Amino acid sequence: MTDHFPGYDVLRKRRTPSWDERTRQAINDRLSVPREPRFLSPELFAILAAACGRIIPQPPDRPPVPVAAMVDTKLFESKRDGYRFASMPEQGEAYRRGLRGFDDAAQSLHGRRFAGLEPAAQDQILASAQKGELDGPAWQGMPSKMFFEHRLLIDAVSAYYAHPTAWSEMGFGGPASPRGYVRMQLNRRDPWEAAEAKPGEEDRVRWENEHV
Amino acid sequence: MSDPLAAPRAIQGRAPDVFREGGWVEMREFSESEAVDFVVIGTGAGGGPLITRLAEQGFSVVGFDAGPYFRPLEDFASDETAQNQLYWLDERIVDGENPIRMGGNNSGKAVGGSTVHFAMVSLRFRPEWFKSRSLLGYGADWPLDWREMWDYYGKAERALSISGPVTYPWGPKRPRYPYRAHEMNGAAEVLARGAEAMGYKWSPTPLATVSAPRGDSPPCVYRGFCRFGCSTNAKQSQLVAFIPRALAAGAEIRDLAMVGRIETGADGRATGVHYFREGRWRFQRARNVVVAGYAIETPRLLLNSANDRYPDGLANSSGLVGRNLMTQSNQAVYGSMKDEVRWNKGPPSLSITEHWNYDDRKDFFGGYCWMAQGPLPIEWVTVLTGSLGLWGEQLRERMKNYNHQVGVKMVGEMLPNENNRVTLADETDQYGLRIPRITYSWGDNDKALVAHALDKMQTSMELAGVRDTFQQVDDTNHLAGTARMGSDPRSSVVNADCRSWDIPNLWVCDGSIFPTTGGVNPSLTISAIALRTADRIKALADRGEL
Repeated sequence: MTDHFPGYDVLRKRRTPSWDERTRQAINDRLSVPREPRFLSPELFAILAAACGRIIPQPPDRPPVPVAAMVDTKLFESKRDGYRFASMPEQGEAYRRGLRGFDDAAQSLHGRRFAGLEPAAQDQILASAQKGELDGPAWQGMPSKMFFEHRLLIDAVSAYYAHPTAWSEMGFGGPASPRGYVRMQLNRRDPWEAAEAKPGEEDRVRWENEHV
Repeated sequence: MSDPLAAPRAIQGRAPDVFREGGWVEMREFSESEAVDFVVIGTGAGGGPLITRLAEQGFSVVGFDAGPYFRPLEDFASDETAQNQLYWLDERIVDGENPIRMGGNNSGKAVGGSTVHFAMVSLRFRPEWFKSRSLLGYGADWPLDWREMWDYYGKAERALSISGPVTYPWGPKRPRYPYRAHEMNGAAEVLARGAEAMGYKWSPTPLATVSAPRGDSPPCVYRGFCRFGCSTNAKQSQLVAFIPRALAAGAEIRDLAMVGRIETGADGRATGVHYFREGRWRFQRARNVVVAGYAIETPRLLLNSANDRYPDGLANSSGLVGRNLMTQSNQAVYGSMKDEVRWNKGPPSLSITEHWNYDDRKDFFGGYCWMAQGPLPIEWVTVLTGSLGLWGEQLRERMKNYNHQVGVKMVGEMLPNENNRVTLADETDQYGLRIPRITYSWGDNDKALVAHALDKMQTSMELAGVRDTFQQVDDTNHLAGTARMGSDPRSSVVNADCRSWDIPNLWVCDGSIFPTTGGVNPSLTISAIALRTADRIKALADRGEL
């Protein structure tokens, strides 16, 4: 878990020509997403938060990403995907069923709530969902594989990788309007892109990344 | 700053000036109670050029779009999530063996339609595809002649200032592209290496984003968020290329205006459209109605317009409205390189090989091309979760290699099949209209084409020095079919002029009319046909045959 891009923080470009006003506003809105659930009940939200923490773990050394709150906001604002598999209910109902399904699995396997389980036990339940092995009254016929792959997994990772913390961690240039890019060829980097550290170069690269 | 989704902007005699923040241009307005010559439903690749050319030829035209009227400079963020505002995200049910994932892949909801977010790839069909049944043995013949289409492709390319190479390596001679080709990024270079190692030709991709200034459009700055709307107006979407021309020629555009039903009169002809705008249903009278809502909304509207005289929906005596839906196979091969590729820079598809569109030595029907790729983080992470099933720490580690990823993605021809179709579900949407159910299954030929393409793409990537390759086997994009054109009313919905066989003043002008879909992105063909349709309508009007 080495930091490939030491010192790189995409937010440092916020007031440069790589970020226009509309983009600043969109990212500010995202950073200030309410941390308390507005769609899910506190009980279901705790399950969601625990599941998101396993699906996309938080980085140890960068600001945390409120993944569950971002998913809850999507549900609260009824932001849809543009399609629904015939075997799936509407997204809010899918979460109510699937998250209860995780809790039921935790109760029957371990006699405890999902959110209180050890990470390894949570992973096991999530892996069972991914394989389509979870079933029971909470699911009401919704395939657990569909819920995991096409609902929870996509929503969780789409939230995480919409956040500047994720962009910094992966060395993504982030917003780029109106400045754009100049050096297009292989192994060429514009001075406002993240520099990647090879072993022994961390200090120089950190300096470069502090000047994007 | 006003919210383009909250209330219509094109009202009170003015429409947004797409080139200026907060700017306006004058717009003519027509009365609802007096019939206009043409109502066009949809302002995308088909509706945009058609509205423009009809207005320029002196017809009174009102263009409707269910989506908002954006000013890119003030409304578009450089952001994957915020730009979901460009997509048609209303509920649609998908089923079949291979349900089509709708949304950003294939559906826009904005003035300018899907061209506001399309990847700008502007290709011509292979000439034989217009007669694929007679010449190649599959699908259905188009009632169009490729030589005439060649002229209209040229017109569309000039109208959109396509940036492309001086000579294009495949197909019959074509004029050089109006604007110079864009420079290639690292991902495009890797495609070229792979193609050369396979003995294939490759080319810079002809793109609808300008490589030099054009009017109020500055040259592309290679910011790479093209599929999320162009915030500088370099992209020649319908929103910036044709619609301003349409307004200048006296057309009216109604944004946030959802057409729910086409009305027909006692003589069976269309009389106008019921549409929802500013909180209520309204009616616009019209002498002609053109449906240009693309391959889902077009058949949905025709089916939702069923009445006593046309109980199976309008223009549907053949029973083919909604049938023969086609998408295109959009599989990919990805991998990593020691080099820093940084594939997010520049338009995503800067190079292309159409080799397998023009080489018939294969044991299946249809063709395909492949192009360089540059998915942004959210798209990329969903490729990793969808193709490799990754999550957890493994996924985060893999994502950190983003700047070293590279890959190629195909656009492949799927064959028409009557069982792939759009029908109406019982559920209704926010307008109270029945939502579409989209049923899709791949056939054996479709699967054989995909397997061939994946194999060739994989080999080419490996020969180009790409390591840790993997295949994205489940993706589709683009739509076509559902109101096919033909020369026989029993086996088609519209004729060569996009005029419905059943109702002479009802027309369809979008990708729905494709009898086959070819192995290239469809937008340029849709626009070329729209330009032809406008000329045909004028010719028919001059002869008193409208």
